[in-house]
Amino acid sequence: MIAMTPQLLARLAGLGVLGVVVQTAAVSQLPLAGATADLSPLLVMAVGLLCGSLAGGSFGFGVGLFADVVSLQTLGVSSLVLLVIGYGAGRLREARDPEGTLVPIAVGAAATLAFGVGFALLQFLLGVDAPVSWALLRQLLATLVVNTLLALPVYALVRRSLQAALPDDPRRRRRRAYTTGGLSPLSRGMEVRR
Amino acid sequence: MYDKTVRRRRAVLGLLVACSLVLLTAYFGETGGGTLHGVQRGTSEVLSPIQEGASRALKPVRDLFGWFGDTIAAKGQVEELRRERDRLRSEVLRNEVRSADYDRLARLFELDGALDLTERGPKTGRVIFQSPTIWYATIRVDKGSKDGVRVGHPVINERALIGRVTEVFAGSAQVTLITDTKTKVPARAGPRGEFGIVEPASAGNPTDLVMRFTRPGARISTGDRVVTRGTEPDDRAQSLYPVGLPIGRVTRIENEGTDTQEIHLRPFADMRSLDFVQILTDPRGSDG
Repeated sequence: MIAMTPQLLARLAGLGVLGVVVQTAAVSQLPLAGATADLSPLLVMAVGLLCGSLAGGSFGFGVGLFADVVSLQTLGVSSLVLLVIGYGAGRLREARDPEGTLVPIAVGAAATLAFGVGFALLQFLLGVDAPVSWALLRQLLATLVVNTLLALPVYALVRRSLQAALPDDPRRRRRRAYTTGGLSPLSRGMEVRR
Repeated sequence: MYDKTVRRRRAVLGLLVACSLVLLTAYFGETGGGTLHGVQRGTSEVLSPIQEGASRALKPVRDLFGWFGDTIAAKGQVEELRRERDRLRSEVLRNEVRSADYDRLARLFELDGALDLTERGPKTGRVIFQSPTIWYATIRVDKGSKDGVRVGHPVINERALIGRVTEVFAGSAQVTLITDTKTKVPARAGPRGEFGIVEPASAGNPTDLVMRFTRPGARISTGDRVVTRGTEPDDRAQSLYPVGLPIGRVTRIENEGTDTQEIHLRPFADMRSLDFVQILTDPRGSDG
């Protein structure tokens, strides 16, 4: 688990606030293929994958709460769903430590789908008096496609903005170990033979 | 050590889930003037100028987005011509934005003239925020209580009625659109002005409204215009919407002639691309 240093906390707070402001002031006003991108599940997914379940869950809660406050929506809905997404992405990192380039795309798509479905379920539980229409499903699908396309750039941006505060980035650690010969048993064997 | 980490992780998760549920329950249970609503309004009030600034600052990005593909295609030109081209493109883009803004404003004022809305105190505002989720059909405009805007004021764009003001801050106001599941508008349709209530056909569908509670034998047909009903002399309460604001056009009728007939209409206004709107700050005008 990554230690929550003050520097990391500050960066996460800045990232969350900036993400929600950009989402509400610009991204949600840019229709793409009949839908708008939703950056919040992608941001939370990226933080979960980079920082682990504790930071991912807390970041998801904070971003959701801020988004609900700014949008004058029912408090607690987004924070509950995003908290689960952040925690899930963090657990994925801790349990599997996935490395592939396509991982953020797949997890981003899953996070968007989970957010759309979770948000819809909570809305119905809270008593929204509206039937599920094809238009709604089409919008969810369009958002899923747009978010899947954006998942990798968002992940790269989040990674770049948090990199300096992340002492335990698994890829950096592994790359460093292999380039210096620290962890490779093969290279250690070569050393002994010499 | 491992157990301690797992316990800590689970404790934090449980705590945050509990916080969310407590917030949700408390918010859902309290009235509009409650503490959480107050905190939300206060925070929104503080953040409104930031949102407005961000919206204005990011407008060129939004505009650029549309012609981004064109810019990529122009890579092969020499440096000087490229600079000249970029300068001219920026100028054209600015002019196009101004021209589009001008057209929309002109149509707004045309609608004012056609519907005689000038005496209803129209205030023109720019949309600075649009709800990121399809479950809340809301926008925020840069006109607030200091401009005379109050809760309940109807809002139109250059084509038709789009919603009403539901929250007011000093410099901005939240507008709930007619496509929001909570909105209901008394309306009339057809040559005889048949009465009905217009509401969204389903959540997240900005192109389909439905008119319910019409008379079973009402003479309404596809293509008829639907307008706001306004207040009749024998009504007990004043309608929020003045009479005659266009809403949409009838597209199809389900269960025609029965008690449960549903008249579907497509709104005149495109709720997905709202830039300028007008808030009618004196909805009753000379009638009131």
